[in-house]
Amino acid sequence: MDQQRESSTFGMWLFLVTEIMFFGGLFCAYLVYRATYYQAFVEGSQTMNIWLGATNTAVLICSSLSMALGVRCAQTDNRKMMVILLIITMLFGAAFLGIKAIEYHEHWTHHQFPGPNFSFPEAEEAGINPQNVQIYFSLYWAMTGLHALHMVIGIGLVLWITIVGARGLYSADYYAPVENVGLYWHFVDLVWIYLFPLLYLISKKHGG
Amino acid sequence: MATAVQTVERETYLNNGYTLKSWLLTKDHKRIAILYLISITGMFFVGGFFAMLIRLELLTPAGDLVSSDTYNKLFTMHGIAMVFFFLIPSVPAVLGNFVIPLMVGAKDLAFPRINLLSWYLYIVGALFALVSMMMGGVDTGWTFYTPFSTTYSNTHVVGTALGVFIAGFSSIFTGLNFIVTIHRMRAPGLTWARLPLFCWSNYAASIIMVLGTPVIAITILLVALERLLHIGVFNPALGGDPLLFQHLFWFYSHPAVYIMILPGMGVISEVVTCFSRKRVFGYEFVALASIAIAVLGFLVWAHHMFVAGISVYAALVFSLLSYLVAIPSAVKIFNWTATLFKGSVRYDTPMLYAFGFIGLFTIGGLTGVFLASLGVDVHVTDTYFVVAHFHYVMVGGMVLAYMAGLHFWWPKMTGKLYPEGWAKLSALFVFVGFNLTFFPQFILGYMGMPRRYHAYPPEFQVLNVLSTAGASVLAVGYVLPMIYFTWSLRYGEDAGPNPWNAVGLEWMTPSPPPTHNFDETPVVTWEAYDYEHQPEEVPVGH
Amino acid sequence: MASEEHRQHVIPSGIYVGIWAILMMLTGLTVFVSFIELHDWNIVLALVIATIKATLVVLFFMHLFYSSKLTKVTVIAAIFFLFLLLALSMTDYLTRSWLTNPFH
Repeated sequence: MDQQRESSTFGMWLFLVTEIMFFGGLFCAYLVYRATYYQAFVEGSQTMNIWLGATNTAVLICSSLSMALGVRCAQTDNRKMMVILLIITMLFGAAFLGIKAIEYHEHWTHHQFPGPNFSFPEAEEAGINPQNVQIYFSLYWAMTGLHALHMVIGIGLVLWITIVGARGLYSADYYAPVENVGLYWHFVDLVWIYLFPLLYLISKKHGG
Repeated sequence: MATAVQTVERETYLNNGYTLKSWLLTKDHKRIAILYLISITGMFFVGGFFAMLIRLELLTPAGDLVSSDTYNKLFTMHGIAMVFFFLIPSVPAVLGNFVIPLMVGAKDLAFPRINLLSWYLYIVGALFALVSMMMGGVDTGWTFYTPFSTTYSNTHVVGTALGVFIAGFSSIFTGLNFIVTIHRMRAPGLTWARLPLFCWSNYAASIIMVLGTPVIAITILLVALERLLHIGVFNPALGGDPLLFQHLFWFYSHPAVYIMILPGMGVISEVVTCFSRKRVFGYEFVALASIAIAVLGFLVWAHHMFVAGISVYAALVFSLLSYLVAIPSAVKIFNWTATLFKGSVRYDTPMLYAFGFIGLFTIGGLTGVFLASLGVDVHVTDTYFVVAHFHYVMVGGMVLAYMAGLHFWWPKMTGKLYPEGWAKLSALFVFVGFNLTFFPQFILGYMGMPRRYHAYPPEFQVLNVLSTAGASVLAVGYVLPMIYFTWSLRYGEDAGPNPWNAVGLEWMTPSPPPTHNFDETPVVTWEAYDYEHQPEEVPVGH
Repeated sequence: MASEEHRQHVIPSGIYVGIWAILMMLTGLTVFVSFIELHDWNIVLALVIATIKATLVVLFFMHLFYSSKLTKVTVIAAIFFLFLLLALSMTDYLTRSWLTNPFH
């Protein structure tokens, strides 16, 4: 059983390697365009709400704590606490998505979604090409959107192991699925740890 | 010789359940390999059909068979079917899936259900691509360059791109499965230094699959988003950079060619050693060269962009790195040749294909080095010189290796021998047809005939006619195996467990193998390719 | 086989809570620093702090610190290849403006 657990965990790490490269392509695009259109990126990021972003960062860090403690409970045959901690993890995840939805709504109603309806009057005032700001927003929506999609999948995975775990099918001898879902969850947290400073904290031009 | 009448047939993976469900829901790596064999053969003929139309059009200088728009669709769909749905999965998903667990002495791969998922993803991806083709196809080139693919093309880009996206995950899961299997499921005594080179090569290719494929996946996603939502990440009219697409695309697509060739090289290692009855010369160097190719292959992608508008200083860096990547491939060619020296060489069909590989891959590889030179590349890029180069390595190399592997392991997979005479004739058709098709293209390219054009100046016609004639001969070489392999299933001679008298765990189990592969887990006490201690016998049926 | 040391070891909860506390503090720090105008150093500092946070998550929450060498090499390989994608792409973008002889 042990060899199988180690194999499945190694398999999950390999999958996370593919996820690193998957998001990595977007980070490459971000790097290239930030270097080319820095001022436009500054302007675009002024519309980000730092406090919501920071709160979301904190929410995810808390969810990682509850997840890690939940895995630990699986390792130590503590079924009841494991289920509680996994439910807490899901609640944190849902909170993240809720805050993100609020932010998305804000941006949407201000026509800050790329495409034919995009409009960014502040750019003209600052003497910047609004098309370049649109690229910032394209990356913002693509990167946070892909991240949010991974969060939704993550909550689904945690729900699955919560249900299976509540039925008592995990033990100190067999907890690999819990550990592997934990790895996936922490990875999603990791991506956000980089997204937050890169998208929200570019420059406090107008003093917050 | 009288034996008791056996009323109970020996259990093999083939007779362990005859229902469609037992095949479509199988977790047996051997059955999954057969499922892949059937599907990729289908996609090969789809790609071949488009190739046939291309060569028919190019018989005459005028663009008279099809319109230029249709011609664009033909070469695009030929490329997509061949690259994504034939070349990349062929050796790993068919031969690798079947043979690797046997070679390491395991019951199956590390994750059998993910293996089945891999096949289903391939099928779904292929269906997306096929439906798009039937609804009118795609005309962007298999390279999907922007902003044509994102903004100006009026064809089914998103459907086809999604098919490629899904098939990419098939590739990722196969690679992931191989890496974990080779690391963790080797039989007792099977150290890395005793591992067959076929495993080393597939391992190296799997590293590329896992690291590279996700990048093209995200790139395709961005193309789809740009096409559907007009976001402008790659569109210069909206401030985007089309070269960013090319950087991201080629970051995968160059290493992809090593995903294709490395498993093929693995087959050649196995075949050359068996039919020279000699240990591979410089085993460690061949193993490490596979890893070196995988790593170096990631450092060279912008040599596809020398004239696209990248900075000339970046071009210099990539040119230098591209020269480097040729070295480990050359090491392998030297080592295979040295293996033949003073070996006891037999000219069975797999070996004939291996000889073809060594010669044709050398030509293809060397012309790649010509292309790595900036000055030469400016002259021949986007001409038939490039087309000839990659067909020499992909068809002369990779497809010949796949044929070698199919013939080598067919007795193991089916328990039957194919008819040797027809197989040798077929190999001759392939070799002659291939060279007649593609050698003229080197000359055409050097003389200036551009690629992806359906019409050309009349002075190029003779060479084009030769090329089309060659393609017809080549086609015969591809159709014949379809016939005799199928024939062999019913009428072929029984192969026995080791018709080639080869060294390797896969030959120490019956042909076809039982579902669980080995009755007892083997313990390995010999070095790889220990032909010195393998008694020489004339194989059955020859 | 008895289930005694099936895992390297179980990490005490205190470690997890401690890591969590450090992560929260670093988050606060990165927000605080972003309000101070440090020009080019802002992005450097932000990325350094993010990398420290990421390292802590990977090493302790994801147990990489206690994992096999193979797993550690796998993660480092992924980061290395991502770095290659970014760095080699930038050799193009950073040098495009060098259209004339830079030693002019």
